[in-house]
Amino acid sequence: MAEIVSLAEAVERAVHDGDAVAMEGFTHLIPFAAGHEVIRQRRRDLTLIRMTPDLIYDQLIGAGCARKLIFSWGGNPGVGSLHRFRDAVEHSWPVPLEIEEHSHAGMANRYVAGASGLPFAVLRGYNGTGLEMLNGGPRAAPTIKPIICPFTGETLTAVSAIRPDVAVIHAQRADRSGNVQLWGITGVQKEAVLASRRSVVTVEEIVDDLDPRPGAVVLPSWTVRFVARAPGGAHPSYALGYSARDNDYYVAWDAIARERATFTQWLEEQVYAVPAGQL
Amino acid sequence: MTSQVSDQVSDVTYSADEMMTVSAARALRDGMTCFVGIGLPSSAANLARATHAPSLVLIYESGTIGAKPGQLPLSIGDGMLAETADAVVSVPEIFNYWLQPGRIDVGFLGAAQIDKFGNINTTAIGGDYRHPKVRLPGAGGAPEIAASCREVIVVVRQSRHSFVERVDFVTSVGYGSGPGDRERLGLTGAGPKKIITDLGVLEPDPETLEFTLTGLYRGVPASAAKERTGWDLAIAADPEIIAAPTPAELNALRAFRGT
Repeated sequence: MAEIVSLAEAVERAVHDGDAVAMEGFTHLIPFAAGHEVIRQRRRDLTLIRMTPDLIYDQLIGAGCARKLIFSWGGNPGVGSLHRFRDAVEHSWPVPLEIEEHSHAGMANRYVAGASGLPFAVLRGYNGTGLEMLNGGPRAAPTIKPIICPFTGETLTAVSAIRPDVAVIHAQRADRSGNVQLWGITGVQKEAVLASRRSVVTVEEIVDDLDPRPGAVVLPSWTVRFVARAPGGAHPSYALGYSARDNDYYVAWDAIARERATFTQWLEEQVYAVPAGQL
Repeated sequence: MTSQVSDQVSDVTYSADEMMTVSAARALRDGMTCFVGIGLPSSAANLARATHAPSLVLIYESGTIGAKPGQLPLSIGDGMLAETADAVVSVPEIFNYWLQPGRIDVGFLGAAQIDKFGNINTTAIGGDYRHPKVRLPGAGGAPEIAASCREVIVVVRQSRHSFVERVDFVTSVGYGSGPGDRERLGLTGAGPKKIITDLGVLEPDPETLEFTLTGLYRGVPASAAKERTGWDLAIAADPEIIAAPTPAELNALRAFRGT
């Protein structure tokens, strides 16, 4: 059964220094409030896992929370670069950042394997790419290897499972027993939660009854460790039915994150100075 | 690169980027299924749907199938894509069930670097991989789009920096190092059929698969394309002169962008 707690308590109990953390949400339902709480609690040496690091990991990386990033597309969608991510890769600021990169198809399948309790997943992918050489080469801890189909003899690609210590997602709502419901673009959140040892779900609202919704993903209470109410907690991404994507913020982030000084000022004013639970 | 072009015949003024987007939109036929990357490809695909291809099926990697946005989305996951889609599926599903089996007619991609065999780099430029001069966003959905769509169209601004003899990193495979490579690698789609730039259109030579200039926009000399290419660009015997944007195309494009 999920425990319904404050966001601060959920992060304190679920996210520890050195953990592998997957904060998922594919453009939609990105758990920004939870990310800010992780920054506020000054977690360190995290392995951050996420298909599209987006602004949320630009913030965590710039705040010095991460030791390693596992990802497949690290840009500001439609805008340009993630400057804090680039500064960490190009200049090791504020701390060196190890990277392990994949394609979206590879990452999605790695989560599927984790959720399925399998050590790997199979796909057609990576053949002839530099990613295959990076992740399958003799020097790397391999996460991509060729595999021969036992039925047809065809050579396919195996990718190793992702099993995070903790998954963090944002959903539209939960009921008082901690059953979680999300809809719209649901990305890989179900897979991320089921692949992880623990999970934190922030929600727009907690309701008495979850009336059924066509196409919704439901995570039963017993698959989730903590539920915390965080209305607006996906901003500047959005929660379909509750808010719209703040595209202006994504554009404005480019200037905030471009220089270390403006980013550090943002961090002080918009994260450290803000009490937990307020946005 | 934002030079304005005045067309003497139709008396419309448009930018090189607008010409490129219009040219890319024209490459899409009505009724096709199209896997759309964000940025230039998304602008072109949405323009096609607003003009000559109303039944074009737009598929975004966020899992939105048959999206019909009324404005140009900034990201591949804007709310209007989900709200207007025929179906919204999970990210594992969009790649495994929809892209991987070769159901999708055309993949529409951008590039930071592209080489003469249509291999794409969106990962890192300069230095070595661990210490690049410029760290780019990375792969996203592109490697499997390039591998599995029935064919691929690339939309990219042309310069000596972007059009290189050999890409610094192969993020997405075009024709590898030449004929036979796609088959050897087991890539099921036919590969890149067109590179559409702000100067004209390149297509692979049927024998060598090397990208060759086959079309130029009105007023663009072939020498300009040669100057802005980092390999010794071959030019077709009689390159097509591509018609300027029609007022209808420009109006639709500008209405989309809200300009």
